[in-house]
Parts: sequence; C-alpha cells; structure tokens
Amino acid sequence: MLNTGYVRVLLVDLATGDFRTEDREDLWRECLGGTGVASCLLGESVHDDRDPLDPAQPVAFANGPLTTIFPVVTKTVAAFRSPLTGEYGESHAGGRFASALRYAGYDALLLTGAAKQLSYLVIHDDRVELRTAAALRGMDTIETGRVIRDLVEGAGHRSILRIGPAGESRIRFANANVDTFRHFGRLGLGAVLGSKNLKAIAVTGQKPFTMPAGSRAYKALYAEVYDRVLHTDVMKKYHELGTPVNILPLNEMGALPTYNVRQGYFGEAGEISGEAFAEGELITKRACTGCQIGCIHVALYRRPFAPGWEYESTMVAYDHELVYAAGSLLGIGNRPGVLRLIEEIDRAGMDVISCGTALAWATEAMERGTVGPDQFAGLDLRWGDVERYSRAVALIAAGRSELGQWLSQGEVAAARHYGGDGYVAAAGGQGIAGYWTGYAHVLGHLLGARHSHLDNGGYAIDQKLEPYTDEAIVDRLIEDEAERIVQTSMSICLFARGVYDLGTISQALASIGMEHSVDDLRAIGQRIYWERIRLRERLGFKARLEDLPHRFFETPTPRGQLQPERMARLLQIYQARRAAVLG
Amino acid sequence: MPKILDAPRMARCIGCESCMLACARMVYQRLSPYTSAIQIRSSGGLMGRMVANICTACAEPVPCVEACPTDALTPREGGRGMTYRKSECIGCRQCVDACPIQVIGWDEQEDKPVVCVFCGQCARFCPHDCLELVEAEVA
Repeated sequence: MLNTGYVRVLLVDLATGDFRTEDREDLWRECLGGTGVASCLLGESVHDDRDPLDPAQPVAFANGPLTTIFPVVTKTVAAFRSPLTGEYGESHAGGRFASALRYAGYDALLLTGAAKQLSYLVIHDDRVELRTAAALRGMDTIETGRVIRDLVEGAGHRSILRIGPAGESRIRFANANVDTFRHFGRLGLGAVLGSKNLKAIAVTGQKPFTMPAGSRAYKALYAEVYDRVLHTDVMKKYHELGTPVNILPLNEMGALPTYNVRQGYFGEAGEISGEAFAEGELITKRACTGCQIGCIHVALYRRPFAPGWEYESTMVAYDHELVYAAGSLLGIGNRPGVLRLIEEIDRAGMDVISCGTALAWATEAMERGTVGPDQFAGLDLRWGDVERYSRAVALIAAGRSELGQWLSQGEVAAARHYGGDGYVAAAGGQGIAGYWTGYAHVLGHLLGARHSHLDNGGYAIDQKLEPYTDEAIVDRLIEDEAERIVQTSMSICLFARGVYDLGTISQALASIGMEHSVDDLRAIGQRIYWERIRLRERLGFKARLEDLPHRFFETPTPRGQLQPERMARLLQIYQARRAAVLG
Repeated sequence: MPKILDAPRMARCIGCESCMLACARMVYQRLSPYTSAIQIRSSGGLMGRMVANICTACAEPVPCVEACPTDALTPREGGRGMTYRKSECIGCRQCVDACPIQVIGWDEQEDKPVVCVFCGQCARFCPHDCLELVEAEVA
C-alpha cells in the first residue's frame, strides 16, 4: 500500500488452503484502508441470506496506509457478519498484528470457507500454510498462544491471533485474542473464526520497505507527531493511570453504570478506581508495536492457594471497560475479584463487556424470579459474589445448562426467550460500555456501526455539548463517526485521535506520497459512513426506539432521566438525515 | 572518548519497538524489524522481561572487524566498536558469524549487515529513557 498505488489483499480459502493475492487499485483510491477497506471487502462478499456462522461468510482484516510507519498507528480493522447482532460486525485490535501483516507484505486479509478440521493459519511472507490444531482443541487463549509460539518462527516480531474454547463453541460474544493483551473484542469475531474451524492465525514477515522519496519530510513529521504523543497532554491519561482514570469522575457525576444500570453510582468505586489499581496491583505497562504510550496496564493478580504462604500469581491487563463490566456492573468492589473475573473470561476467549452485561442481566432476572438456579446448574447469582460469577463464566463459556446456553447467545436473546427485555443493558443488540452519561451515549451505541462507545464518542458529547439540543446531538454523532472513520481507515488507535486531526493525517499521507486534502478526507469519511450504513441495513440493521430497554428510561443520568419521547425525536432527526442521503 | 550504546533501564521497557523503528527509519531507511541494529524482545527464563540485544562495542581486537575481508568494518577511532562503510561491503556475512553475542543483523534484500553506528537515534525515540549513549571506557 505504501507508495504502491494499490491495496494488496491476501485471499485465503480455508476449505482448501488455497491462497492468492489481489492488488486493488480501486480500494487504494476510494477506501483509504482500515475501516474503509475492511467494510468494502466485506460488502463485496458477505451473504445477506446466510447465517453469520455459515462457512461461506467472509472475514476481512485491513491495515491502513500509515500502519506502523507513524506513531500509534497500530490497529487492524476486522469486518464480518456479527453472530451476536446478526448484522454488520466491525472490531479493531492492536498488538503486533498490524505490523506483522505489514512486514509480511499485505495490507488486507480476506478469509472465506471453513477448514475441514480445527486448524491454524501461518502467514510468513509469501508462504501461507494451514496446519492442524487438533491438539489445541479446548485450549484457553493464553496457553494456545504459548504453544503456537513454540511452533512457528519469527520470535519477537510475529503476531498470534487465537480463539479460546468459547470461540470453538461459537459463543456469540466470543472474541479473538491478539498477542495476549489485545483483542478483537466485540461482536463475536471469535465465534465466526470458530465456525471456520480456525483456532489461530500466526503472522510473521521479513519484507522491509524502503522509505519513499522525500523521506526527510516523513522523518520530520514523525518526530513532530512523536513529540505531540509523548510531550503534550493530549494522550496523558492513557499512559498515566490509563482509562480507569474515568472510574472516580464518572462515579462522582453519577455516570458509572452499576448493578445492571439500576444506578449510576457505585458505593465501592474507590476500591476499583484507576488510582487504587495503580497503587495496589499495577506492575508494568505494555505497548502495541509502534506506540510509545503503552496504555496496556498490567496488574499482578496474586492469591494464596494453600496454607504456608503458598501464592500463585498471574498478570492480568485491565482497562476502564473491564473494571466496569467485571466490577461496578456486577456490584464487585474488590480488585482481586475483578482481576479474577477478567482473567477467567479472557482465558475462555469471551468479550469481557458482553459477558459482564449478560451476567448482570441474569443476576437481576434471578432476583426477580424470571429465571432460577434450577435452570443454571443450581447456581444462584448474587451481586458482588465473585465465586458464583466465576462458576457462571464457566457455564456460559461451555454453553452448559439451560440458562448458560441462552446467555451464551447474549442477554438480548436470553431476555427475548425468558422475558425481561426491559432491563437488558444493551443497545443495538450489544451490551453497553461503562458510561451512563445521557442521550448521546445511548443513541451513539444504537446508531454506531460497532454499537460501541468508540464509534462516535457519545459519552463525551453528553459531557461537553452545549447547547444540548436534539439537532446538535444527532449531527455531532454523525459528524464524529464520519471523522473517526478517517482515523480508523488509517488504522490509527482512537486513543491518539487528539493527535491525528485531519490536517495531520493529510500531511502524513503526503509525506509518504499519497495526496489527500483535508476536504477530500472529510468527504471520504462521510461517504464511507453512509456506505457502511447501507451495508448494515442490507444485513438487517434498524434504528428503532423499541430496541432500547425500558431500563434506559428509568435510571437517571447527569443529563437527567432520559425520556422516550425525546429519544424518539432524536431518532426521527437521524432518519431524516439518513433519508436525505440514502433516500 | 567514543560513545557507545547502553540499555541500563530495560525494566521500564514497554515493548513499543519505537527504538527499532527509529533505527530502521533514520539509519537504514528501510522499515522492518530486521533492518534495526537494536533488537527488543521478551526474554523467557524465570525472570521473563523485555530485553535489548545491542552491540556492546568490543574492545580491540574487535571480532567483526577482524572477520571482515574488506574495509567495510574498521576499528573505530578511540577504540571500542567499529566504523561501517557500506560501499566497501561485499555481503560475505562473516561479520554476522563472528559477532560473539550475535547482534549483527542481516538485510536480506540489500544483502548487507545491519550494525550499530552508535548514533543514538534509538535512545532519542525511547519514551521511557531505557537507552543511553554513554562515554565508553577504553582499556
């Protein structure tokens, strides 16, 4: 992609192991990379009439033109049909996957078909090989990584993406672990890979690429961006306390979802704050390749296992969303308990946020008598009871027991079956992130392509937008998502979104020989935004008030109690904006 | 006195590879993990951690210089380490084999070694000050 005039796509048919490359000049010109390329590749090959877990369904991965060659351009974007929502699925991961794919000489990867037996894919420059993973069946994500590290070359710089037992069992919110501490977390990529019998992908590359002409401009801009990343306040919060810095301020303003979003305030927030983790458990930080921030906060999870001062310890990465989903949302106010659940959910290969929202719904459903322990292998869930939640995680990961099976399809499916959809903590079919700030957060989750807080930053719009009018909320959500599409089409980590304004992106592209003005980039972002909505609608996406739970209109936010009438007006405005472009 | 590279604070390393990218970008002008004279990796063993494999700038006789059949690698003024002149290199790989700690890399496409030139660009782009260019002690 770099200075080449095309996007090089590696296409692998997992049914046969056959592979070939395509150099796509059209994608290079029109879709930039990352989100643009992945959504476009998916749109070309996804089957509207087939189940998300049908072997024929494709999975697309894409890097961007700036991948690895500028600071904090670390992500790979995956696009697939989500088994959790049934519609469009997009998920981003860091680690070493993006750099390894770049060094192997590919900008994008398109997988189709299903392997005949459980397998792992090795991509090493021009060699692409499907190997049996028969001995890895049921292995957790950490152990799978360790075994494959012993089996493939490229120590130090390779990337290993893998699924856990939950992905193999097609748990609908199973994730794909990348290099231990990063994930394609949301919307069930792990289940899709499981449906393809693909346990892992190991990527390693040795193809250096020469600096483009005019590399002096590139080097100078790199140094400037580097200084902005490290020596200004723009990214400070990510390398100091990390995202859990949010726990206390959100709690103060009543915006920390707690007890299945029955309240926005958690009495024990001080115990699980970013400050408390940093002082008590933080042992080191880690970074994705090419990111000088090192936002990955790694805790020591240390616990006794026998009398006589016998301790076992593991390293667990934590983040705001995980501390919320395995903490306040479940009423867990102790750090070892939070770390324990994060580790167990992660090893099984499930998305921690979705697992947390499923457990939270189940706890409330048990409290209300909608479901009972006899449907859950005798397990009676209680707020804050880590031991019971730990057993519940195992039941869900294995799809064991009647309730375990339903929960493994997500709380929305479970609530549809048992009743109780008024109190799912989900919008658009997926559990919400750890904010309870107001209309923009909820609407942003519903409208966002990933049904994620990162699509459009609704939580920040709630906190900053004045005047907070209906039109302004909707327009900001659309504008923010369209601008973030430019950033994620570069595969820039969104933590660096304050560093990479469109002007900087335009300059960075120019320094490597790609000319895109700011206006041009903005127009491309808007085009991809609406094209992606067209694709999402093809796959079944609808923005409907009735898909929001009653719970969201009960629990007060810093913007007051949300009113269904106002939410309906916001949706009408969105529909009008949509109709103006898509008809 | 000549400057040499040291990695005294690797316990702070976050594994971002910014130093490697700096060497590849600024010195070798070709981006890959293999076109960097400094190599960061996680190291196993009972004290698993991030480590830096770097040229320690041998005192004379310098093994890679001794092994070089041309004037591509010559002793550095002031002792410790070597000076590299790419134009003189014939791509024989003898320096790679001669390095006692195996820190001379190889650029397969150029067919030339990847050696430290003691310029300090890696240290300049280390966010946690793990690396440092220091005055060498000469025996």
